[in-house]
Amino acid sequence: MRNLLAIILVFTVALAMACSGESFGDGSSVSGGRTKLQGAGASFPKPIYEKWMSEYGKLHQNIRIDYQSVGSGAGQKAIIAKTADFGASDDPMKDDDMKKADGEIVHIPTVLGAVVLTYNLKGVDKPLKLTPEVIAAIYMGEIKKWNDPKLKTDNPDANFPDADITPVYRADSSGTTAVFTDFLSDISESFKEKVTPSKQPNWIKGVGLGAKGNDGVMGQVKQTPNTIGYVEVAFAKENKLPVALIKNKAGNFVEPSIENISSAAAGAVKDMPEDLRVNITNAEGENTYPISSFTYILAYKEQKDAAKGKALVDFLWWAVHDGSQYAKDLHYAPLPKEIVEKVEAKINSLTADGKQLHESAKAAGK
Amino acid sequence: MAKTGTIGDTVFRTILFIFAATIVVIVVAMILMMVWNSVPTIKEFGFSFLTGTDWQPASNVFGAVPFIYGTIVSSLIALIISVPISLGIAVYLVEQAPKQVATPVAFMVELLAAIPSVVYGLWGIFVLAPFIRNYLGVFLQNYFGWLPFFQGRLTGIGMLTGGLIMAIMITPIITAVVRDVLEVVPTTQREAALALGATKWETTKIVLGNAASGIAGAIVLGLGRALGETMAITMVIGNAPQISSSLFEPAYTIASVLAANFAEATDEMYMSALIEMGLVLFLVTFVVNGLAKLLVARVAKGTGTAKAT
Repeated sequence: MRNLLAIILVFTVALAMACSGESFGDGSSVSGGRTKLQGAGASFPKPIYEKWMSEYGKLHQNIRIDYQSVGSGAGQKAIIAKTADFGASDDPMKDDDMKKADGEIVHIPTVLGAVVLTYNLKGVDKPLKLTPEVIAAIYMGEIKKWNDPKLKTDNPDANFPDADITPVYRADSSGTTAVFTDFLSDISESFKEKVTPSKQPNWIKGVGLGAKGNDGVMGQVKQTPNTIGYVEVAFAKENKLPVALIKNKAGNFVEPSIENISSAAAGAVKDMPEDLRVNITNAEGENTYPISSFTYILAYKEQKDAAKGKALVDFLWWAVHDGSQYAKDLHYAPLPKEIVEKVEAKINSLTADGKQLHESAKAAGK
Repeated sequence: MAKTGTIGDTVFRTILFIFAATIVVIVVAMILMMVWNSVPTIKEFGFSFLTGTDWQPASNVFGAVPFIYGTIVSSLIALIISVPISLGIAVYLVEQAPKQVATPVAFMVELLAAIPSVVYGLWGIFVLAPFIRNYLGVFLQNYFGWLPFFQGRLTGIGMLTGGLIMAIMITPIITAVVRDVLEVVPTTQREAALALGATKWETTKIVLGNAASGIAGAIVLGLGRALGETMAITMVIGNAPQISSSLFEPAYTIASVLAANFAEATDEMYMSALIEMGLVLFLVTFVVNGLAKLLVARVAKGTGTAKAT
């Protein structure tokens, strides 16, 4: 009897707690004078977004922004389904997906990233020099051995082993893969046809092996001799991986330095479409690193909740201006000036009830 | 008194029934849900989903065969390696080992079963893959290279590594269950056998015969874990949807492709294809478990008649 009573008591308390918990967390945007924003999307910009959110939170105690890195695809899904206040994606949304959304979605570039090629190769001390054509041939299984003459011409000093090349790719659907395959499809028709640029392309059977995530690719390349793989630049630098120099449109072999990546955006600025959805691989410029890309924040042009909308535009404005100082330490390339101007216009285009959010924030003395 | 007793029994029976029904409801609900969500690919591809050998999500071409192949073959490799070892450990622990040895070893086996699979995966990348690349694979290629299983590029990542890592993962499970099964075989049987002049080996054979259905259950349990294993195998199998006769080549399992791709599957067709893959995994598990059960019934019958004669 006593046991039964105890059980009933526990149940009642648990139930009461569950109920009260629900009433606390009813998801209201403003609770106790605090505005909460929830973002979800790409994993690539997670470190810089988290840095921004924590720095911004210090400056604005009444605003709390959370970010879930669930992947670019999920970020696009989240903004379409409105399960997050803003989405984030490495690749711009496709027209079909834009149509699924209930309202116009604005693409706001925040920082630049790049895809780098890392390798595990004994006897090569200087950074490997690779042309896009050679990379495409390796990933299509046309160049099978490291001592292939095509590799030798660009790297005359390297002492290549007579070993099979094992290319490593992302097994999971990934924005990194999308940028990488976009880049190769741009220079090779047969790559475009056979592999198809995509977040998850049709890798040719029997050529390489797949690994999950940047860390999976890194693990495989680090552990397996004679492999080559592609990862995000920030990830490669953080882990001090050997990184290849890639031949750009101007014919120079360039390293993925912050300046060279930023230069890709500057090089692409004249062909920039109005909505900023653009592929900047193989951009113009003497020192442009050719496998660079924007990463975007996705938001509805017309914000339903004015308080949230204002918090979002203020945060974005801060991020691309004051926030850019944090980019370099985390190995992201900040947006060049030409792009920042375009982004400012985009941020100013966000409205709530037809009113421009950013200006109204200024008027309110923020 | 008697009346309350029957009421109590009824309540008790009802509660138990509800518990038992829950599991059925969950399984049925899951299957229905998966069928419902995979309608787009079932409509589009029909049966060819199950016979297709190409997996090209960028072109909306989906064929499950490489994954079914990878799942079954890697699990079979795991079983072939694991079952004899597990039986050996269990028999030794129960029939032969002195208590001072048996207790710590048994504890160790249980400890192994508790290691999370991601740890096995890491160990696979850092220890097992180099071992296969530098020693085991080279050995197999040198002496058995004439077999199609051991030809081609040797990276240390592939079907064999996947099977081996799962063998290590399921060994503790099979061992633990077989040990428990052997322990409940009455001591009198062993004493009787010994009294009739049977050797230790002959006695063990009799004990194993009596425990056959339990042992088979243990193997099915291990097989279940191998079929559904996700994390560790994703890390070492190479994740390439292809069918190669060489065990050194990368492969892909159903569980791995699901784990690797669900988060990013935004396209409706692709999502549907992945969910149908889940359904296929269900199917594969049912079929394989069914076959295993059939085998068990056979074996149990065989040992039964042997005992009678």
